[in-house]
Amino acid sequence: MNDAKVHCAVEVVNVSKYFDDVAAVDQVNLKINKGEIFALLGGSGCGKTTLLRMLAGFEKPSLGDIKINGVSVLNSPPYQRPVNMMFQSYALFPHMTVEQNIAFGLKQDKLPAAQIVARVTEVLGLVQMEKFRSRKPAQLSGGQQQRVALARSLAKKPALLLLDEPMGALDKKLRMQMQLELANIIESVGVTCVMVTHDQEEAMTMADRIAIMDQGRIMQVGQPREIYEFPNSKLTAEFIGSINLFKAVVSGGELTCDELPGQVVAGEANAAFDGPCYVALRPEKIRLEAGRNLDAKNCAAGKVNDIAYLGSHNVIHVRLDVGAGQGKVVQVHVSNFARHATQTFDFEQSVVLSWDQDAVVLIKADQP
Amino acid sequence: MKGVFAHKFWVIVWPYIWMLVFFALPFGFILKISLAESMIAMPPYSDIWSWSDGRLTWLGSLDNYRFLLEDDLYYLAYFNSLRLAAVSTVLCLFIAYPMAYGISRMEEPYRSLFLLLVILPSWTSFLIRIYAWIGLLKTNGLVNHFFMSVGLVDEPLTMLHSDFAIYLGIVYGYLPFMILPIYANLMKLDHSLIEAGYDLGARPWKVFLTIILPLSMSGVVAGCFLVFIPAVGEFIIPELLGGPDTLMIGKVLWQEFFVNRDWPVASAIAVVMLTFLIVPIYFYRRLEMKQLGVGE
Repeated sequence: MNDAKVHCAVEVVNVSKYFDDVAAVDQVNLKINKGEIFALLGGSGCGKTTLLRMLAGFEKPSLGDIKINGVSVLNSPPYQRPVNMMFQSYALFPHMTVEQNIAFGLKQDKLPAAQIVARVTEVLGLVQMEKFRSRKPAQLSGGQQQRVALARSLAKKPALLLLDEPMGALDKKLRMQMQLELANIIESVGVTCVMVTHDQEEAMTMADRIAIMDQGRIMQVGQPREIYEFPNSKLTAEFIGSINLFKAVVSGGELTCDELPGQVVAGEANAAFDGPCYVALRPEKIRLEAGRNLDAKNCAAGKVNDIAYLGSHNVIHVRLDVGAGQGKVVQVHVSNFARHATQTFDFEQSVVLSWDQDAVVLIKADQP
Repeated sequence: MKGVFAHKFWVIVWPYIWMLVFFALPFGFILKISLAESMIAMPPYSDIWSWSDGRLTWLGSLDNYRFLLEDDLYYLAYFNSLRLAAVSTVLCLFIAYPMAYGISRMEEPYRSLFLLLVILPSWTSFLIRIYAWIGLLKTNGLVNHFFMSVGLVDEPLTMLHSDFAIYLGIVYGYLPFMILPIYANLMKLDHSLIEAGYDLGARPWKVFLTIILPLSMSGVVAGCFLVFIPAVGEFIIPELLGGPDTLMIGKVLWQEFFVNRDWPVASAIAVVMLTFLIVPIYFYRRLEMKQLGVGE
């Protein structure tokens, strides 16, 4: 019990935030471990930014409590919280040099000058920006500004580091590179970090755990792999990656899926429950073969509807043509193992889809 | 290539023609008159050169400037004007900055409304608005009536025809010119910079001094010049609200021109006043250039 408290850096207890009676954040409970990178992932307006701003102290929760290292910070203004934020726009002070920007927070703590200089040098080294210490922000590129912003938010050794859409202002190529670099720096420092993003790839690359948010609520919390392989709702399944969903019903431990022609058998991972549900299949977990020979279970027949060549893999859309799910389009990813593909598919070719029972995920339908 | 050059030339030449016709030329006349001698004639000053026997003779002199140095009336008037303008500018700044900041932080329908309220008085004639202050400030005016009816004072205060009334008039009249540039500057300020200041541990007052104020400095400087420069030469306000012994250079200028009909001395006063004002304008330009340099 006591041990659990030590490992928990941030505790969000039943926090709600209302703007004009509309809940931007709705009864959120979270425990964030010391030293982990935690991502709040969701579309715009899902409440992730409001939650982040409440951690920083820019918004006050309407209900609930926020604890950092076991102490409630509800009544602390932002300037008294052991929290530093890297803003989406970086918010570097344009009238100060890189050095002055980083020293700003340290000066507020009234540290001796020599100590400030030493710490500035240390964090500049961490982000490899020592050469730019006397530049103004306007004289830096976007990537360099981000490094300075990170250095500034790490300078005070915060108990909690907040990242607001950290890659939002960068172009795509730089993004991939900075995602890994940022995560490495944060991990090397060992600071607990909460980031907000709408980009699932960014969250999965950088974060140890992800919380999927929708309409102010947390839908699912877990490691990227858990969320991808075991989505607990239609929403998370659709939000992360692509997925094929088929309406089904479980009654008395028996699974019936009308939209698929054969019998569907789910793996052990699917706990038994009763009621309407979805059979969920990730596109890369479906095998595609020419022909029309159907097995007794976990397969379906159809015709190739669309082919997209993406280099690393092909995305093939198959239109089912047997059973109640007739006309439904299923997405299949086919890996490009060899440069000279032995098996290619043509439009309107008859194909058979099949999958392992382990690939089947059953998701409870939200509302009948 | 040539076409582009010609195009640029025509864009640039217009402001220069404007400055030449409406500034340099009139200033040349004033400068010429300031070197002449006063005389009863039409126009009331002498020529500064004459043309006779095929020779051009210089008749002008710096006597009028020497005269300004000799009579301490002019010193006092200049000094008093600069002092009144400087104090009014500082007062304006202290009133305008919080107003501009408040308006810039307002939600939309209110922001436009309050901005309109700042500009609205300018839709009435300046002269009429200053006259209105006479009605308010005089011994049996509205302000005294109010003070006496609530029992704040027993006998009417003398407010009109004093330095107080001049300060009031200048601050009232020029406040929008201070508010608007500061407001425009604060509107451009990225709010996340203020939040970043708090986030890094700075208290509200510290955030104001180290982030908000330095970043709105160009608006403050612009506002100060827009108030200070016209306030130095202000004539209507000291004439209507000031006392008979209020010395301001605008009033002295008026008296020299229209009461004494001494155009050469009046012109010399104007030239000296312009020189006084050019110095701060020069420094302002330098500051502006420096800021532009940083932005590059």
